[in-house]
Amino acid sequence: MAGYKPVAIQTYPILGEKITQDTLYWNNYKTPVQIKEFGAVSKVDFSPQPPYNYAVTASSRIHIYGRYSQEPIKTFSRFKDTAYCATFRQDGRLLVAGSEDGGVQLFDISGRAPLRQFEGHTKAVHTVDFTADKYHVVSGADDYTVKLWDIPNSKEILTFKEHSDYVRCGCASKLNPDLFITGSYDHTVKMFDARTSESVLSVEHGQPVESVLLFPSGGLLVSAGGRYVKVWDMLKGGQLLVSLKNHHKTVTCLCLSSSGQRLLSGSLDRKVKVYSTTSYKVVHSFDYAASILSLALAHEDETIVVGMTNGILSVKHRKSEAKKESLPRRRRPAYRTFIKGKNYMKQRDDILINRPAKKHLELYDRDLKHFRISKHFLKNHPTCTIKTPEITVSIIKELNRRGVLANALAGRDEKEISHVLNFLIRNLSQPRFAPVLINAAEIIIDIYLPVIGQSPVVDKKFLLLQGLVEKEIDYQRELLETLGMMDMLFATMRRKEGTSVLGHTSDGFPENKKIES
Amino acid sequence: MVEEENIRVVRCGGSELNFRRAVFSADSKYIFCVSGDFVKVYSTVTEECVHILHGHRNLVTGIQLNPNNHLQLYSCSLDGTIKLWDYIDGILIKTFIVGCKLHALFTLAQAEDSVFVIVNKEKPDIFQLVSVKLSKSSSQEVEAKELSFVLDYINQSPKCIAFGNEGVYVAAVREFYLSVYFFKKKTTSRFTLSSSRNKKHAKNNFTCVACHPTEDCIASGHMDGKIRLWRNFYDDKKYTYTCLHWHHDMVMDLAFSVTGTSLLSGGRESVLVEWRDATEKNKEFLPRLGATIEHISVSPAGDLFCTSHSDNKIIIIHRNLEASAVIQGLVKDRSIFTGLMIDPRTKALVLNGKPGHLQFYSLQNDKQLYNLDIIQQEYINDYGLIQIELTKAAFGCFGNWLATVEQRQEKETELELQMKLWMYNKKTQGFILNTKINMPHEDCITALCFCNAEKSEQPTLVTASKDGYFKVWILTDDSDIYKKAVGWTCDFVGSYHKYQATNCCFSEDGSLLAVSFEEIVTIWDSVTWELKCTFCQRAGKIRHLCFGRLTCSKYLLGATENGILCCWNLLSCALEWNAKLNVRVMEPDPNSENIAAISQSSVGSDLFVFKPSEPRPLYIQKGISREEVQWGVFVPRDVPESFTSEAYQWLNRSQFYFLTKSQSLLTFSTKSPEEKLTPTSKQLLAEESLPTTPFYFILGKHRQQQDEKLNETLENELVQLPLTENIPAISELLHTPAHVLPSAAFLCSMFVNSLLLSKETKSAKEIPEDVDMEEEKESEDSDEENDFTEKVQDTSNTGLGEDIIHQLSKSEEKELRKFRKIDYSWIAAL
Repeated sequence: MAGYKPVAIQTYPILGEKITQDTLYWNNYKTPVQIKEFGAVSKVDFSPQPPYNYAVTASSRIHIYGRYSQEPIKTFSRFKDTAYCATFRQDGRLLVAGSEDGGVQLFDISGRAPLRQFEGHTKAVHTVDFTADKYHVVSGADDYTVKLWDIPNSKEILTFKEHSDYVRCGCASKLNPDLFITGSYDHTVKMFDARTSESVLSVEHGQPVESVLLFPSGGLLVSAGGRYVKVWDMLKGGQLLVSLKNHHKTVTCLCLSSSGQRLLSGSLDRKVKVYSTTSYKVVHSFDYAASILSLALAHEDETIVVGMTNGILSVKHRKSEAKKESLPRRRRPAYRTFIKGKNYMKQRDDILINRPAKKHLELYDRDLKHFRISKHFLKNHPTCTIKTPEITVSIIKELNRRGVLANALAGRDEKEISHVLNFLIRNLSQPRFAPVLINAAEIIIDIYLPVIGQSPVVDKKFLLLQGLVEKEIDYQRELLETLGMMDMLFATMRRKEGTSVLGHTSDGFPENKKIES
Repeated sequence: MVEEENIRVVRCGGSELNFRRAVFSADSKYIFCVSGDFVKVYSTVTEECVHILHGHRNLVTGIQLNPNNHLQLYSCSLDGTIKLWDYIDGILIKTFIVGCKLHALFTLAQAEDSVFVIVNKEKPDIFQLVSVKLSKSSSQEVEAKELSFVLDYINQSPKCIAFGNEGVYVAAVREFYLSVYFFKKKTTSRFTLSSSRNKKHAKNNFTCVACHPTEDCIASGHMDGKIRLWRNFYDDKKYTYTCLHWHHDMVMDLAFSVTGTSLLSGGRESVLVEWRDATEKNKEFLPRLGATIEHISVSPAGDLFCTSHSDNKIIIIHRNLEASAVIQGLVKDRSIFTGLMIDPRTKALVLNGKPGHLQFYSLQNDKQLYNLDIIQQEYINDYGLIQIELTKAAFGCFGNWLATVEQRQEKETELELQMKLWMYNKKTQGFILNTKINMPHEDCITALCFCNAEKSEQPTLVTASKDGYFKVWILTDDSDIYKKAVGWTCDFVGSYHKYQATNCCFSEDGSLLAVSFEEIVTIWDSVTWELKCTFCQRAGKIRHLCFGRLTCSKYLLGATENGILCCWNLLSCALEWNAKLNVRVMEPDPNSENIAAISQSSVGSDLFVFKPSEPRPLYIQKGISREEVQWGVFVPRDVPESFTSEAYQWLNRSQFYFLTKSQSLLTFSTKSPEEKLTPTSKQLLAEESLPTTPFYFILGKHRQQQDEKLNETLENELVQLPLTENIPAISELLHTPAHVLPSAAFLCSMFVNSLLLSKETKSAKEIPEDVDMEEEKESEDSDEENDFTEKVQDTSNTGLGEDIIHQLSKSEEKELRKFRKIDYSWIAAL
């Protein structure tokens, strides 16, 4: 026959942000570490090789930080003017940076003085990157040009003069050593091929382009500029795939999560948004204290580093998973108990007879199943009743439905009754629990009225409850007054019609007044 | 055209199965139970109804196996007859006419030629146990007037009489008395319990009695839940009794197991208790049987028990207290709040069933299809508890959605209200909870309706409530990147001067919504939710509201509490006509313009069928029922009838069912109920009711072959009748697993052809041809089919059966057989 049906625990919609896998994932970071830099942090770049150090470009210095260090482990400060765009090579051993005076400098991570200096740009170089073959550097500058440099003999190989405004961002393809893209303030993103002398593709972004990003496969291009983030399909010749407008100020930086499933964008509106790369919907968003200029994610999303205009570098580390294991675990039955008989393969002539799976019942359900009514909610762990009041309320409701609530509440000693009263005081004023708990409170008052005055602890609780009820009644009265005023306003504003369409909330629980006795 | 009889009101199925104790056959293969005027024979394994024994003209009140012949069954009825049946073939053997109302029947192996019945002769409330001598004459109808009096002043219920210790004595209980009559001594002993004078024992009156099969021990059940075991009752002074107490409420029935080692008891707790060795310590329980246990019976073989429950079901329980089968009739335990509905998918009747459930009941087969658990909470069966009631339900969007409302109101202010929306899942073939809405309204919901327009792109539901609002709920997309989901949200809240909303109804095309607010009907545009117009007749609160259909879709009908039926024209916004009619039930026919209204007067209920376009009714039937009719519904027919007479045309495409206050389900028909059951389906049931277990495959084959050898000799003499079982095409088709069969479309014409009786006679030339082919096949087929071909050859001589058998063309037959061979070859290897 039908088995025991567990108590239906009333679920209530959780207000605020919905809890999804993404919110859990992106909230699983420690409180940020703040590091003060000398000026606005224009670029943060992680070394692709362990130990995953990161280079922070701010003002005229480049700091290299270790993963957990709050002090720079190395500083490159040989810049006459502002440095830009310090970027690691794929092997993590070389670093290239542009500067305000038009020079591009190449550093060895272990050395201090620049290995190479590429001179040729006449204005500030805002973007530099290594190509996929590691021996060339691409740079874009405010003199509208894009140049390709050879590292071994520090010579300029090619110059592209196709942009008609400042070139402020760019990146090289990770697969093809000859391909790289640049974004410019002339609203275009262009793809260049080192084998030809002109651009092979150009897309119109519509706003000055602040940041570009190529997907690891090279098939998709993301550009950010103005309030828009746009995704382009390169394989279809630069067709616009989707245009995202989720920020309300200029988007300044883009970044992919390590799995490639999520795209992050930082903006001057002090927010970082996380998009799903399959549906391009925002799945999470972070808030920061100041406008964001740069953003980087470490290997395996272990660290999120965000640089802001006020020179603050915010570093968030992922919470370690191993910590939860530290709790002393109860000894479980051995593994073989669980697999006993499970790995038997069905033979040809065998007939499988399934035993019905035993349903797991909560403690309170086990008590209710056996009609042990007075044990139920006090046996619940006190923290449990605080954390999940809806379970306790559902049990009270179930007892009331069975007509045994008074029996369950009667015959309690001082400690137990104060437990119950504590629970009532905490939850009575919540509108979703009120109808059930008011009933329970009435029963308690009825039962324990004759013995009142015998225990100072319980008396105090009763007084507290009374105060709460009085406060609640006042509050309800105020609400009703407000509602009346609103009704009047609506009545004057309404068009002359015979019907009223009002969506006001329920007027709570006027039954409260009954407990006062 | 068949000649049309008058339309009569007929009872259609759903009769009680739990009126009396069920009786097992001697081999526990069948179980018998009384069901209205019939006795039903069910298989204990497959739960199928194998036979219905027709014959009594009134309520059957008792059945017992014939102790001298275990293949026969006695039944007695209020019509004053005792009938003897052969239950295997379902044949009436004999009728004994007693002449007075019989209330119960008992048989004793010791008293070979007589049975015991309870009669009331003089006064209406004085019942007697008498023995009736049954004469052995061979005629079909025998007078049996030889009554000899046994006990007087007994209880009417057969539960209060028990024969014990191989018929040495009979025990009867009534109120506070236990009387024992000893057949040999012809004396009666009487034992009295301390009665109501003592307040402690105020509730210990007897409710039932059972006797130990071999010892001198009587068990009696009491109002207060105690079971007393009486011994030494030969002596009026030395008698003793012991008490067993577990039940907290009345003991409804008691039964000893066949050997007498254990005692079974049951009551309102719906727990079957087995007391081992009649001690209080050794008890076993079978809990959560669903409803109050009314009767308990034990099979003569001792391997099965069965309990009859107040929700019209019989549970067959194994000796080790494991429920093995459930025979469920139409649940009629409780009041019907939801009314009658038709599930658009299964065409089943849907109404309140077990507590907290909706039952889906097939009208064609008189069988419950399934129960849908709506409330999903543990049911506590206790007197005086206020239960959560399922108050409203509605189907929408062609059966894709089901909305249900449940409520529980303890005090005036404490209303618990919940609305649930269920989606039909094609994979699981059932309804799955989609949305749960707590407190959809501040007060009780009075009406619930879906917009069932065909073109509507968005499912819409309207609820009307006593709190003065009606709410429109729509299905919205609730999906995000993680999962696809839909959910219902409130779209619009409307009210009219804070009057209570009492009814709501969508027009056929879904463009208009009518909501009645007490006396006023308001019409709303379903696109913009604007109030279009109002109708008010000042004739009391609107009780029913419905739009006309098809050609009459411009009319709106409303029935008021003051007995006025109004019809408004929606185009002119004026009253078209009104009539003085105290309408209790008003139901539109989904297939035509007709509307059926049942009115209530002091004499009885009358039926009016009319079209909204003309106030003159198409059909009137007075006095369809003496009681108040509570609900009615039109059920679309599978096969349309073709009544030509104008008065009956309303029954052509739909059938009207209605439910009276005493919960009998009635309908209108021109045929007798026996004709309704198709004979073929019954035969198939009988054949297919054997389970196909692996043992059947192994052993059944051998037995079949043996049987057939025996039969062969017989068959030579017998003329074979064209039974459906003997047509090879059908048995092939039914025994081949569905997954290896070709598509139904391919088989259909072949199958139907094989069923046709051909008119043309076969020329002499054809027959030898056929035989040739048979022989041909015989050589190529395996020995498995040999017995079959032999049979064909045998019957080809007889002449009558051949027409049918040879209908199936040879190639088709071969093909079918091929499928069978593929699948079952492994069995042959065993």
